[in-house]
Amino acid sequence: MKLENASIRDLSHALTSGALSATELTLHFLSRIDAMSDLNAFISVEHDQALKCAADADRRILAGDKTPLLGIPIAEKDIFCTTGGLTTAGSKMLANYRSPFDSTVSDKLKQAGAIRLGKCNLDEFAMGSSNENSYFGPAKNPWDQTRVPGGSSGGSAVAVAAGLCTAATGTDTGGSIRQPAAFCGLTGIKPTYGRISRWGMIAFASSLDQAGPMTRSAADAAVLLQVMSGNDPKDSTSLVETVPNYSELIEQPIKDLSIGVVPGLLDGVSSEIVDAYNTCQEELKALGATFQEVELPHHTHSVGAYYVIAPAECSANLSRYDGARFGHRCDNPRDLQDLYLRSREEGFGEEVKRRILVGTFALSAGYYDAYYNKAQRVRRLIQSDFLSAFDDVDAILLPTTPSTAFPLGEKTSDPVSMYLQDIFTISANLAGLPAISFPAGHSNGLPIGLQLIGPHLDEGTLLKCVHQYQKVSDWHRRTPSEHS
Amino acid sequence: MTIPNGWQVDIGLEIHAQLKTNSKIFSGSSTRFGAAPNSQASFVDMGLPGVLPVANKAVFEKAIQFGLGIGAEINRVSRFDRKNYFYPDLPKGYQITQMDEPIVVAGKVLIELNGKEKFIRITRAHLEEDAGKSIHDAVDHATAIDLNRAGTPLLEIVSEPDMKSAEEAVAYARKIHQLVTYLDVCDGNMAEGSMRFDANVSVRRESAVELGTRSEIKNLNSFRFLEQAIEYEITRQIETLESGASLSQDTRLFDSEKRETRQMRSKETSTDYRYFPEPDLLPVVLSEAFIQSVADTMPELPDDRSTRYEASLGLSPADARLLTSDLNLALFFDSVACEVTDPKIAANWIKGDLLGKLNEEGQSIATCPITPDQLIDLIKLLEAGTISGKIAKDVFLAMWNGMNISVREYVEREGLKQVSDAGALEPLIKKIIDANPKQAEDLKGGKTKLMGFFVGQVMKETSGQANPQQVNSIISSLLSL
Repeated sequence: MKLENASIRDLSHALTSGALSATELTLHFLSRIDAMSDLNAFISVEHDQALKCAADADRRILAGDKTPLLGIPIAEKDIFCTTGGLTTAGSKMLANYRSPFDSTVSDKLKQAGAIRLGKCNLDEFAMGSSNENSYFGPAKNPWDQTRVPGGSSGGSAVAVAAGLCTAATGTDTGGSIRQPAAFCGLTGIKPTYGRISRWGMIAFASSLDQAGPMTRSAADAAVLLQVMSGNDPKDSTSLVETVPNYSELIEQPIKDLSIGVVPGLLDGVSSEIVDAYNTCQEELKALGATFQEVELPHHTHSVGAYYVIAPAECSANLSRYDGARFGHRCDNPRDLQDLYLRSREEGFGEEVKRRILVGTFALSAGYYDAYYNKAQRVRRLIQSDFLSAFDDVDAILLPTTPSTAFPLGEKTSDPVSMYLQDIFTISANLAGLPAISFPAGHSNGLPIGLQLIGPHLDEGTLLKCVHQYQKVSDWHRRTPSEHS
Repeated sequence: MTIPNGWQVDIGLEIHAQLKTNSKIFSGSSTRFGAAPNSQASFVDMGLPGVLPVANKAVFEKAIQFGLGIGAEINRVSRFDRKNYFYPDLPKGYQITQMDEPIVVAGKVLIELNGKEKFIRITRAHLEEDAGKSIHDAVDHATAIDLNRAGTPLLEIVSEPDMKSAEEAVAYARKIHQLVTYLDVCDGNMAEGSMRFDANVSVRRESAVELGTRSEIKNLNSFRFLEQAIEYEITRQIETLESGASLSQDTRLFDSEKRETRQMRSKETSTDYRYFPEPDLLPVVLSEAFIQSVADTMPELPDDRSTRYEASLGLSPADARLLTSDLNLALFFDSVACEVTDPKIAANWIKGDLLGKLNEEGQSIATCPITPDQLIDLIKLLEAGTISGKIAKDVFLAMWNGMNISVREYVEREGLKQVSDAGALEPLIKKIIDANPKQAEDLKGGKTKLMGFFVGQVMKETSGQANPQQVNSIISSLLSL
């Protein structure tokens, strides 16, 4: 068994059987992280803390504890607040920020015995689709280091794909889990809005942000999602519904599962992705799924609506970074106005500033109805499109991205073409629906991801479908090293 | 002040009442006043990265109580919004408030001024969080920030411009103060900032239909300043217009030393707050059952209580209003009135002796050293004729100064019982008559005013313990009147 590519189940078995200690496993990953630091997957690596957790995990294992995540090395996107180290959000603004509390996600993973190796690179405040907006420089795609890993959870995707950890956390506001999962050959799920608590997750766009796991397989994703999900009294938008047993659910067959396809949306998608889309349908049919066409008439407006709502919310969410209490503060401010202007000018990157400006404009007196209100109306139309579609089907299959991973620097000067990366992922955020990206092909040595979107709280069906598919396919087992 | 001829004034108030809850509106921090700076500021209050607000249920109960108290509509669904502006004591860079869908809409209160009653309409009352405090004189060359107050729950009560003078505005403000303290929604402590007023003032020619250009005077923290600021503003606006100049819509501050208002900012430079729905909080959905459960805990409202005191206890309208002006006072009165034979006697003691003493000592009913039980005992002893009215006043003072035994024991111990025993009084009265033969003759001759002289002499000799009626009848019989 190659430890770096092993499943959670296999590792857990090795740990509980005594064949392997959590400390050995942790050291193995830590040395890989050091050896592959040029991938720039991590903003901070927490050697000491990780080894201490590993020792604790070994004691628990010895005492007979069989918790599924116990002793499993993971990485966290550096947008989750964690104690004991830095929490930067990929920004100069928070380059030295230490959170006095843990996010609910980090706390739950810690309680479950997962060992955090470090904090992963990301686009600044999760704004971006290539990881090139990180103050700490871009993470590199392990399948081709001249290409982007996607974003904003780029570092998390690189860490899992390069075998630097078993699984990672990400956050997804408009595709930030699914797009990098697609670019790096991973399984990544954005759950229903409210399924996972947002407490301690640094906010980008509060009504869209949702955490989720990034893993090598749907089976691994089921284990992490189980731990991460559930109601949290500290997050008013967190859902109260009980969390089903995902690991059990995914073992059910997908016979008679009805899946919708939306052929009209595929214009402009690269041909190899269209091919993978068609091939995957045949493979799922062989497993007993049925396909039918559905319509999402307002889907094409999702990018426009998103790029009003998300910046509007971010313009308020990022107001607290004013140099007054924490974060970057300019030298020798002349007065209050100067403190605000220079601290924010110096502390934020270009894309963050662009979105704050767009959002501020969209909320301004005289423009609010034309932009923010109209975008909210579009959002409701997209939600109702999905509701009608799910009257007929159990899930909808779409590509995750219009292309495979693009070269570093290719889109940095053209924000709109960068924004169009998220054309297939944004609608699930606007509608608050669960969506999963999974590897379903390769083109020129680069992974292709496809996406399933499901009804409210039906993560189980999405994971089940992908897990059954992964039982008969091997795209998710391929690793960059074999192809480099 | 009187409004100059040919002019009329329109005043609307925005009243910020701090809700009396143990914890803040969106965090579990304490709302206690006067703690060490920043000791009551949690991660949420400080607006740290990653925090989220969670609404405190108690603020909805308080807002509903107020809404029911002014006969308003309680919105079954209300919503929080973000009001964006930068200021160092506003940690998130936005205030969470209710803009489009407030919890309370369309109520009214009745005010009374110089015997005339009038309704003031209340447009809305909404929930919001308070900001922290900037302290400019604590540290050299720097401003200190205290976030203890950040996140304190406020109810902002917005009236229609229904008030036509500073006096009406003050009467309205007092009415709201009475109501919120009555309902226990707010402690009403203006010195600690629990209640603050913003006054919107405009003037217009008597013939004008449209309201004039208004100015808003911010942050007035006493009834006196409210009155002074409005009066100054009315005069300033009329003088400006009469001089032929025009007014700009501006925001002003009141300088209580100089008793004048000063421009803070004009409308041209006003902030665009960019309100939008707060995505971190769900809409507030109030069930009928919840509203009913709050309604069930409502104390009787001051106006209803006043009417009841008139109708069933026979108090005068003025006494009824006075005794209901403060809930604690009304509760004190109730406890006493239901134990004694004549509620009016209880009313007289409370409005006269008790309130007199409280005012004299600068105290309130909440800190009154006399308990209702003590006053009941006193009035009962008086009613039974055990002590005289004069002695009762002395005992009252003793009670005020602190009495660690019961009123009855005190009267017993100090030998203050009224002497009603004819056998004991007769020799004494005889002696006094003998010592004042001239006066006795005159009284017999019909100078009835002299009865008071003899009674007074007897009271003096008995240190007030003689029963005056008894003394009266003994004198009458001895002089064969």
